[in-house]
Amino acid sequence: MIAQTFRSLRALRINALLGLGIVLLVLMVAALAPWISPMDPLQINLRARLAPPQEGFPLGADEFGRDVLSRLIAGARTSVTIALITVCVAVVLGSFIGVIAGYRRGWTDRLLMIVNDSMLAFPGLLLALGIMAVFGASRNGIIVALGLAYSPVVVRVVRGSVMSIREREYIEASRVIGNSEWVTMLRHVLPNCLAPVLMVATMMFGWVILAESALSFLGLGVPPPAPSWGNMLNTARPHIAQAPQLILFPGLCITLTLLGVNMLGDAVRDWMDPKMEGMA
Amino acid sequence: MSAISSPQTGPKPSQPTLAINNLSVRIGDSDRCVVRDLSLSLPPGGTLALVGESGSGKTMAARAVLGLLPSPLRVAQGSQILFEGTDLCQQPESALRRVRGARIGMVFQEPMVSLNPSMSIGEQMAEGMRLHTRLSRAEIRDRSLAMLERIRIPNPGACLSAYPHEFSGGMRQRIMLASVMLLRPALLIADEPTTALDTLVSREVLDLMIELTHENNTAVLLISHDLGMVARYMRDVVVMKDGAAVEQGTASSVLREPAHAYTRRLVDALPRRSATTARRTTGAPLVSVHDLAITYPGRQRLFSRSAPTEAMRGVSLTIREGETLALVGGSGSGKTTLGRALVGLVQPSAGQMRFRGQPLDWRMPAPGLRQQIQMVFQDPYSSLDPRQRIGAIVAEPLRLEPDLSPAARRERTEEMLQAVGLDGSFMDRLPHQLSGGQRQRVAIARALVRKPAFVVADEPVSALDMTVQAQILRLIRELQDRMGFACLFVSHDLGAVEQVADRVAVMQAGRIVEEGTRDAIFDAPENPYTIALLEAAMLIDRRFGQPEAAQ
Repeated sequence: MIAQTFRSLRALRINALLGLGIVLLVLMVAALAPWISPMDPLQINLRARLAPPQEGFPLGADEFGRDVLSRLIAGARTSVTIALITVCVAVVLGSFIGVIAGYRRGWTDRLLMIVNDSMLAFPGLLLALGIMAVFGASRNGIIVALGLAYSPVVVRVVRGSVMSIREREYIEASRVIGNSEWVTMLRHVLPNCLAPVLMVATMMFGWVILAESALSFLGLGVPPPAPSWGNMLNTARPHIAQAPQLILFPGLCITLTLLGVNMLGDAVRDWMDPKMEGMA
Repeated sequence: MSAISSPQTGPKPSQPTLAINNLSVRIGDSDRCVVRDLSLSLPPGGTLALVGESGSGKTMAARAVLGLLPSPLRVAQGSQILFEGTDLCQQPESALRRVRGARIGMVFQEPMVSLNPSMSIGEQMAEGMRLHTRLSRAEIRDRSLAMLERIRIPNPGACLSAYPHEFSGGMRQRIMLASVMLLRPALLIADEPTTALDTLVSREVLDLMIELTHENNTAVLLISHDLGMVARYMRDVVVMKDGAAVEQGTASSVLREPAHAYTRRLVDALPRRSATTARRTTGAPLVSVHDLAITYPGRQRLFSRSAPTEAMRGVSLTIREGETLALVGGSGSGKTTLGRALVGLVQPSAGQMRFRGQPLDWRMPAPGLRQQIQMVFQDPYSSLDPRQRIGAIVAEPLRLEPDLSPAARRERTEEMLQAVGLDGSFMDRLPHQLSGGQRQRVAIARALVRKPAFVVADEPVSALDMTVQAQILRLIRELQDRMGFACLFVSHDLGAVEQVADRVAVMQAGRIVEEGTRDAIFDAPENPYTIALLEAAMLIDRRFGQPEAAQ
């Protein structure tokens, strides 16, 4: 048992380090985008149209001859910012509503869940489209729309674990001590249901990047010519036969980022689990 | 019949059903053992108990017999487990599978989780027979029905198509036992089969186990920490400590004249009244309950509500300053509900509660009331927030006292921890790093840190080992002498009650059927239910030296 624990602990560290490395890299690139980008991501050069990777264009050029590397770097900034803020919005909003619904139960729960379930009944993208019709197509519009559209999932997850946690004796103990409902919710219920939320949040990071690209495709996302990983994928689609690398590189960026976020998410979840303490 | 007994190819009559020689169980390849050089022998139809505290390796020894050790554990070289003459250690997994269930049956501790909730009782009972016999569907059904009738399950036909959640813990354990015994195994391994049940029910289950195994001449290997139970039902006993057998022999001789110091400690931990004397109860009434009724609203069904359940009615009680009133009864008798009502976790539907003469209404509590009335919960494994450190857990009630500086708070916390026997090094630990007994000490510290006048203790020791139980009960008594709080001690365990109570009230089906001083109730019970409870309690002073199974 001891040896096995050690092995899994070491594996866990490697995963955690790798995840942390990837996420830090992406965040740094996003933060430093204007300074490290080799060319202007918007500069058109029709002679280099669909050029393969070569001198001057390390990752090739797109259908207008814009440098793909520079666009990926600029896109990282847009995509990652949008994804991060959206996930935060969804998690905070969803946890808040979920904890209240799960803890109060009764009519509060029923009302909140009717609204929540009717939101869940729409495909997230459709819902986001509707909301964007109100807020308009802009970066903030996307964040609000996707955040609202994805929060019902978090509500469901949080409410579920709150319902099981509120039956534990330490919640009753908190009431007997004399804590108010709000203190009980914030100090004892919420921290103990964060593990599944973290898992959903990492998955959601991926959904949001993809959803943002779909919205961009419909002309509602980040307005062109500003690059995002999503709209780069979409604009590359017609040229897939001549220049497959145009799809490959943004796709790779999305995949790698997701991988990093997932690994980091797992590690954070384990790290937050009180049972892991004292096992090393 | 023939299909079942066919694998029984003539063990010689003198041969033991199970003989374990020098069994050691290692952790992986290391030298550390959870079981060391254990040897025992069990004749056909014999009964033997493995006794020890949690962590003594008794469960792992039994699991080794079935070849069901959890992954890094393995049986060490040189160990021998002879079952009807064949060494199970040398058998391949496929041969072991033929033995498990068919020849060696196992009953687990938790009836709530050892039955599959998504399978009907009939399917689960049939599973073993389908696997190990060639009986037809109809025959399997007939046998299951006959067995259910045998174990006195009301309406066996309906039971076959019912699901586990429809039964109480005791019923489930009986069903579990029945489905194991259907295959008429030569050996039954029972791992703490009644720990999760209350006294009356656990006695029923054990009686049934002895009956069924006796009929089939099945040998029983019982794993238990309860010496009183072992003395009553088992012939032989092996006492284990840290993986090794420290003493073995017949149950009555080992328990009457324990040779090893550890056994003596276990025997001493058995509940005995002589340890404490009941205090005279002359204090002023502190908490009183008059004509109290509590009704739980019915469950929401698809279109209607089921009828509300009445947890108790017409209950009147008085608890005086500084005394301990024990509230005793089987599960479902309403005793826990009463305790919960007194701390405000349940609202009474009629009647009155008073505290120091003032009406006690938790919907609009008087200021300062909360710190006067506290509770210790049953399960120390779920009553502490797994994310809070011990210091924070104990200090939390003090946060609600506004004029206490952080330094003073810390001082009070440390003082309280010390009072329950935990030193300052525990402050920064997390609950999962503590043993069950230590956790319960923390829970007691949390309840007492604001110096309440009244504490409800809801089965505070039922989740703990015998020796730990004795320590915690002594601690409660000691703290009570020092701090002077009154206590409502809710329990189904008369052994524990006998040690702490000054007065006892017996509850049955939501009513108090008998009330009196401890000695009156224990020596001269009048109500038939009280008598039945006492009969079932297997208090060792009373029942010592007459194991039923040995007769």
